[in-house]
Amino acid sequence: MVKITFITKDNKSTTLEADSGSVMALAVDNNILGIGGDCGGVCSCATCHVHVQEDQADKIGKASEIEEDMLELDDNTNEFSRLSCQIEISEELDGAVFYVAQE
Amino acid sequence: MKVSEFTCPFAHARQSKGLGFMDDQNDPVTMLLRLKDVRKTAHNWKTFQSGAVPGRIVIPSEVKIRDTRQIPFELDPPAHGDFRALLDPWFKRPLEDEYQHKLDNIIDNVIDKSTSLASLDIVTEFALILQSQALTLLLNTPFEESKTWISWGTHVFRSDGEALDANKANILYDYLDKEIDRAAENPTDDLYSVLLASEVNGKQLSKEEVKGILILTFAGGRDTVINAITNSIAYLADHPEALEQLKQNPDMINNAVEEFIRYFSPLTQMGRVVTTDTEVCEHAQKADTRVSLCWASANRDEKTFERADEIVLDRKINPHVGFGFSHHNCLGATHARQILRTLLLKLSQQVSAIEVIDYKENIEELGEFNRKVGFDNLRVVLHRA
Repeated sequence: MVKITFITKDNKSTTLEADSGSVMALAVDNNILGIGGDCGGVCSCATCHVHVQEDQADKIGKASEIEEDMLELDDNTNEFSRLSCQIEISEELDGAVFYVAQE
Repeated sequence: MKVSEFTCPFAHARQSKGLGFMDDQNDPVTMLLRLKDVRKTAHNWKTFQSGAVPGRIVIPSEVKIRDTRQIPFELDPPAHGDFRALLDPWFKRPLEDEYQHKLDNIIDNVIDKSTSLASLDIVTEFALILQSQALTLLLNTPFEESKTWISWGTHVFRSDGEALDANKANILYDYLDKEIDRAAENPTDDLYSVLLASEVNGKQLSKEEVKGILILTFAGGRDTVINAITNSIAYLADHPEALEQLKQNPDMINNAVEEFIRYFSPLTQMGRVVTTDTEVCEHAQKADTRVSLCWASANRDEKTFERADEIVLDRKINPHVGFGFSHHNCLGATHARQILRTLLLKLSQQVSAIEVIDYKENIEELGEFNRKVGFDNLRVVLHRA
């Protein structure tokens, strides 16, 4: 089990435990505000936009080209943006903090 | 060629110049065919406007058959966002357990009846019925209303085999006027009543605005949902192994739904009106002319999608634009996705094979392009598992 924290636009912090699946699915299953996951995780809807904590960016990894194309036209995009449906939960993610990009 | 094969008519034009051209009632359309161009144009609402004369961004244009503005579809930000903020929670109700339970029942009943028939036309005896009955959930209206909507046939704006038909459209408009008056007099908990009691920016919605939202809900989710259902069933008929795959791996159903939406693209394109002289794909585009975002072509863009012309049932990365893109993404997408996800789950559990007896393709004529968008009829036998 790894611990993952979401911080929503209203500054609410929620820490959850999980061992597999995508970060988006974890957020949706726990009703994290601002994460829709409308397309179910195929990188089509951009409703799971998060900002990775700056000092964890290397650990989480960069967006793929297709993901970057989606993010390019989304609101609130910055260099730490990722679509959380494209981040798989693994041991390395223990302690990860994600800032939800949308309200 | 298989029944469910939908050849992309835009491939050559997309690769060579990125644009297509068609006339539409003397208001020509420059069609954007590449995924990145479609996305960027959809995002740039200041130059590519939705809030033009009502009906003009639709292709074929509906300018001659309606004056009512479809809301929020024919608005631009910020007004568009104000209406979406009001409507989004209602249109996310398909994710609620009670809604899902009722949808389960509707789909179970439609499949039950269909498997007891010697054969049936999927378009009129399955998809139209399912779409209409499911719409009672979205509107939160009595189930019996679906009988009226089924009696209108598959199109709400067209007679069979004809282009736009004002008389046919008036059936819908008159019906909506009556329903809105009814809700104003005796409010219930249906969408009409909820909207009549709602405010946007401190102003109560007018009957005309409520009608605009309802026209969008009826028209936007009619042909599109019927095509998505019918085409998915055609695929399962051609690929009986897919039924078994989905039955064994229900986790794959979401990927399959998104892939069907990409491949079949139930809505071919949507227009925008250009607000200032500009360029699209190195082509000069004058103010007050039209461009279209050709979702169907963008969804086959080989620069993004590997094996773009094949259905890959478990496609993992699928950045399609089948439900549009950016702020104008499809308001009814949650409802449509729940219908298709539930349908695939139930068919995989209850049907062992689908046999096509006869069919007639529905071909759209779009200037230099002819696109298969669905079927006028698709007669099949559904074999119960």
